[in-house]
Amino acid sequence: MTITNIAVCGIGGQGVMTATEILAEAALSLGFDVKKTEVAGMSQRGGVVTSHLRFGPQVLSPQIMPGEADLLVGFEAAEALRWAHMLKPGGIALVNQGRFVPPVVTIGLYDYPEDPIGEMRKLGLAVFDFDASALALQLGNIRLGNTVMLGAMSDRLPFPADVLRNAVLARFGARKPELLELNRQAFELGRAAVAQRAPAPATA
Amino acid sequence: MGAALPETAPSRLFLSGNEAVALAVRDAGCRVAAAYPGTPATEILEELSRFPDLYTEWSVNEKVSLEVALGASMVGARAFCAMKHVGLNVAADALMTMTVTGTEGGLVIAVADDVGMSSSQNEQDSRFWARFAHLPLFEPADAQESYDMAREAFAVSERFRCPAIVRLTTRICHVKGRVVAGEREAHEPAGFVKDPQRWVMVPGHAKPRVALMYEREEALRAASAQSPFNLLVEGSDRRIGFVTSGPAYMHVRETFPDAPVFKLGQSYPLPLERLREFAAGVDQLLVVEETEPLVESELRAGGIACTGKDVLPRVGELSPDRLRPAVARLRGEEIPVTAQPRLVPQQVFPRPPTMCVACPHLGIYYTLAQLRNLTISGDIGCYTLGAGHPWNALDTCISMGASMGVALGMDKGRGQADAKKAVIAVIGDSTFMHMGMQGLLDITWNRGNVTVLLLDNRAVGMTGGQDNPGTGRDIHGESAQRVDFAKLCEALGVKKERIHTLDPYELPTLFKTLREEIKIPEPSVIITDRPCVLIDHYKPTQPYKVIADKCTGCANCIDVGCPAIHVTRRETQVKPSGKEVELAFVRIETSACTGCGLCVQPCAPEAIVHALPEHPVKFLHAKV
Repeated sequence: MTITNIAVCGIGGQGVMTATEILAEAALSLGFDVKKTEVAGMSQRGGVVTSHLRFGPQVLSPQIMPGEADLLVGFEAAEALRWAHMLKPGGIALVNQGRFVPPVVTIGLYDYPEDPIGEMRKLGLAVFDFDASALALQLGNIRLGNTVMLGAMSDRLPFPADVLRNAVLARFGARKPELLELNRQAFELGRAAVAQRAPAPATA
Repeated sequence: MGAALPETAPSRLFLSGNEAVALAVRDAGCRVAAAYPGTPATEILEELSRFPDLYTEWSVNEKVSLEVALGASMVGARAFCAMKHVGLNVAADALMTMTVTGTEGGLVIAVADDVGMSSSQNEQDSRFWARFAHLPLFEPADAQESYDMAREAFAVSERFRCPAIVRLTTRICHVKGRVVAGEREAHEPAGFVKDPQRWVMVPGHAKPRVALMYEREEALRAASAQSPFNLLVEGSDRRIGFVTSGPAYMHVRETFPDAPVFKLGQSYPLPLERLREFAAGVDQLLVVEETEPLVESELRAGGIACTGKDVLPRVGELSPDRLRPAVARLRGEEIPVTAQPRLVPQQVFPRPPTMCVACPHLGIYYTLAQLRNLTISGDIGCYTLGAGHPWNALDTCISMGASMGVALGMDKGRGQADAKKAVIAVIGDSTFMHMGMQGLLDITWNRGNVTVLLLDNRAVGMTGGQDNPGTGRDIHGESAQRVDFAKLCEALGVKKERIHTLDPYELPTLFKTLREEIKIPEPSVIITDRPCVLIDHYKPTQPYKVIADKCTGCANCIDVGCPAIHVTRRETQVKPSGKEVELAFVRIETSACTGCGLCVQPCAPEAIVHALPEHPVKFLHAKV
């Protein structure tokens, strides 16, 4: 019984739950059993959001245990580092370089890590990093960052990228047809961002 | 990676536990559904309100919602109410008598325990209520069961003429899974039948009914033994037999696929004889239940040997990771190590929830943090976050509405140590109407010296901006009667001249009013009247930026606590007096700023100015 485990993390308001939902729809469209869980009670208040997606022939527990994620998708750099231990050793992380500095760092109580993505590489993980916000802004709308992230995942799934793209377009196209083409482009930008960029070899 | 594709692709719904319960309630022909918002149960009523087929309402509190449901049941309608665990504490007064009267139309209560406390002030086990009130209890393990059991709960409620409880947990409410829905039923209310012996609970009427309640419990016990939701899952490894319920069932099956499991779906009354039989067929019995050892205690009382909380954690959620070492210990095995070494969790700064960019509460806590000699009795809502950095301006948080009573008690109980301190109560609009206003009445009646800050942001903010009697809109967003808080406070006995309504973004007025009112030894209320930034009615204005050359690093603006303000560099400056001063130079994330202007006010060098938006305004903490 093979189960695919995908952990998605970020902070409230970034679209972590929506992205996982679309990923779930893609898996459902292929007939998989799917479970999706998150703990986000205070996520609207700038807190941490993690969403777990598990799919396969039959899924029982909805939770991914540490060390069991096939893929970690980080919508924020420090959050990706926070949840890096969810990955299988040697697992793949797709990480937005964007940083959201919380008030506890602004006040001076804590430091934001200097190079969270570099620290992940030192752990021996294969990290693909890119600036999802910048790519979204290339298309003139920061809200497309979510679709950029989904595009980045699309070649790392146990099903063809088209399946995920169709789920993305079905979701956003249904609401705003004028955004269909923009989402298609954002998806491809995300896809290209990780395709061009081989992860730097682990240094430790 | 690389999962094998299953052969068939059945068309099913993909729903959370909350959505599945809502659909089941609609499909059961329910006529009236009521709730007060509370994580993790909020979405049940939100979903139900989208169906045109039934009446839904946000009630002012959980007790009222349960009473509304009972009234509907009395006239023969199917009725439903939903709440979080602490909500049932509030509704318990009604519950403990409606179990005596019983119900007519099917009445189902969904109560969601926040196991793991993702968004609650405590962790409680609502399964106790079924025992306390002698009522049937269902515990779904996933979204499909949430649907199936909510449907069955209506049938059981009508068969036994009593309320039925569906106990959810955060890990059921917010987990999505595939759901196959059943056929919709139509249900026509039979009509109210006058029957004082049943519906008028005076002692003479209640006595015979209490005896009936115990008879009903025995009938429920017999039915539970036959319930298809109490099922045996065979397994070849009989060293340990598991008795489990709710989300823990999935963890057990995932972790020990070969073990026999007795799955409790209708877990009260407990099917004790079937469990005795199950225990006889295994070497050891392990009860896997979240939070309290309820089933475990009842098995032991029934003479069935078992293990449970002596090896499993009592606090927080269970998971495969928490089960493995406990079971290994029981089996006398080495604690299992995973096949591959795992990564150690990395140390990263905490990211506690905080107030939003431009939140109207920011100015309140900025001001409270500037004042000395205050004791601040807080309440439940977004403003509880005022206890955090940088404000540290909230001293207590207990239960819905408690700020008032606690403040009065502090005032009346204080000795010399607190004689010079002013007592403040901070409460939001919805919490005030939920349970707070009775406390204010107690303050005025008993001549308390408390200054109340009533933060009216026209929304139940923390749960996602639901409407309440103060918003002027009903659950569908349609125009409704709007409470006038100033008049209400006056009616509760606060002198008119002691009631002030002001704009929380105008810091000088806020500061002056607060300072004056805490000096006057009688109850006063300061009402703020600007909306939550997450609701549709909030209007963002032109954002600000910092002129870097003008910023002197004084860091006054950081004390506001707005997440759009970021430090660009820090410096230590030595004053001529030799005193060291820490400077922090800042920038404003203009794409997040919505122009509230709070940070502009304490900025001495006038370094903060309007910025032309380079990008469309994006909320840093948009509604999700």
